[in-house]
Amino acid sequence: MSKGFVSRGFQGRRKSGGERGRIPPGQYLERGFPVLSAGPTPHTPLANWDFSLLGEIDPPKRWTWEAFCALPHEKVTTDIHCVTKWSKLDTHWEGVSVDTLLKQVAYDAHYMIAESDGGYTTNLPLEDVLGGKAWVVDTYEGQPLSPEHGGPARLLVPHLYFWKSAKWVRGLRLVRQDEPGFWESLGYHNHGDPWKEERYRGD
Amino acid sequence: MERRTIPGRLSWQLGEVVATQEETARAKSITLAVPHWNGHRPGQHVDVRLTAEDGYQAERSYSIASAPEPEPRVTLTVERIDDGEVSPYLTDELRVGDQLELRGPIGGYFVWEVQMGGPLLLVAGGSGIVPLMAMIRSWAALGSTIPIRLLYSSRSHAGVIYRDELARLLKSNSKLEVVHTLTREQPPGWTGYHRRVDTEMLREVVWPVEQRPLLYICGPTPFVETTATGLVTLGYEPGRIKTERFGPTGET
Repeated sequence: MSKGFVSRGFQGRRKSGGERGRIPPGQYLERGFPVLSAGPTPHTPLANWDFSLLGEIDPPKRWTWEAFCALPHEKVTTDIHCVTKWSKLDTHWEGVSVDTLLKQVAYDAHYMIAESDGGYTTNLPLEDVLGGKAWVVDTYEGQPLSPEHGGPARLLVPHLYFWKSAKWVRGLRLVRQDEPGFWESLGYHNHGDPWKEERYRGD
Repeated sequence: MERRTIPGRLSWQLGEVVATQEETARAKSITLAVPHWNGHRPGQHVDVRLTAEDGYQAERSYSIASAPEPEPRVTLTVERIDDGEVSPYLTDELRVGDQLELRGPIGGYFVWEVQMGGPLLLVAGGSGIVPLMAMIRSWAALGSTIPIRLLYSSRSHAGVIYRDELARLLKSNSKLEVVHTLTREQPPGWTGYHRRVDTEMLREVVWPVEQRPLLYICGPTPFVETTATGLVTLGYEPGRIKTERFGPTGET
């Protein structure tokens, strides 16, 4: 509705050529690592921590922290994009791919709901998390993932806005029908592709 | 966690700056008349988009400082970040009569409305006061008698955003309590807190756990982490603690 509008006196800070192609529309480059959470940071002791696959699978699967650590881990270098507008380039993670996890069960589902300590949820189509697109990570920049960034383990789905990369993830519930998660129920986009600027419902 | 949906699509629209006010040396309030504004809930924010002559654009999010009003109007309070791309434009360049592109309101979780009840504990670090002020202003405008206690951490007396307005509200509302802590610089004769918020300070300030207060915390990440963790340690229900954080964690 405001085609051709110019902000009087605004110069702006153009991105360098190399960065330009890596930063989606409406995002800016961040060197730090901001935190966004709706509530207090959970601190689940590793002895009580487990990770589950639930829902339309037979039989359900559960890993203790030690069993999860023993699963084959991959190193991932990727750019991340938060819906609050910051993007961070070349972040380094280690974790278990969702492919590796789901290979261990038989399932009949097209979607999954990631479920976290504290009650947070986010929904994803399986096609967005299979084929080397998503991981459950426990290491960031060579160090155990800190609680404020989602440790001991968080989901990493770097091609979508970062709210889909659920912190403090404890399980994946496989479902036949999609259902909106926490932010998806609060006006945010159901899918969240940063390159299409799918920030809010209707974008 | 409770849920509430925002209907409809959020389109970009043009607002006109109808008033500005210096709150501190670094923070400025900007009131915009937005013809198609559909109202907001206290605690929500907007996206702002600036466009240069060549079409280059920059977007950022800012909290709404004003209570919902009958007129299609919204006030933002922006803190200047010296090396920022957008905030110096908003605080130094933008003036009454200019237009600003925005869309919103955004966010349906970090909100408080009088029908949600209380008592209410608000904890602000610096410009984290902004969305909490929208809650206080809404509460005052509606003449609510829900008890509110605000714990507000600032670097200095001069850096307290909304200082005079809070003092006025205190005088006219017996149900409002404001506890300041000034972490770096205190005026002569200051008898209040002069350290960062910690668990001991929270223990002294907050409502008893049995009163089941609703708790809202907004500020820089380390401040919110300390406060939220402290409140959980003191026995408050994590599900009744809502947080909004800004800024980096300090890592790179």
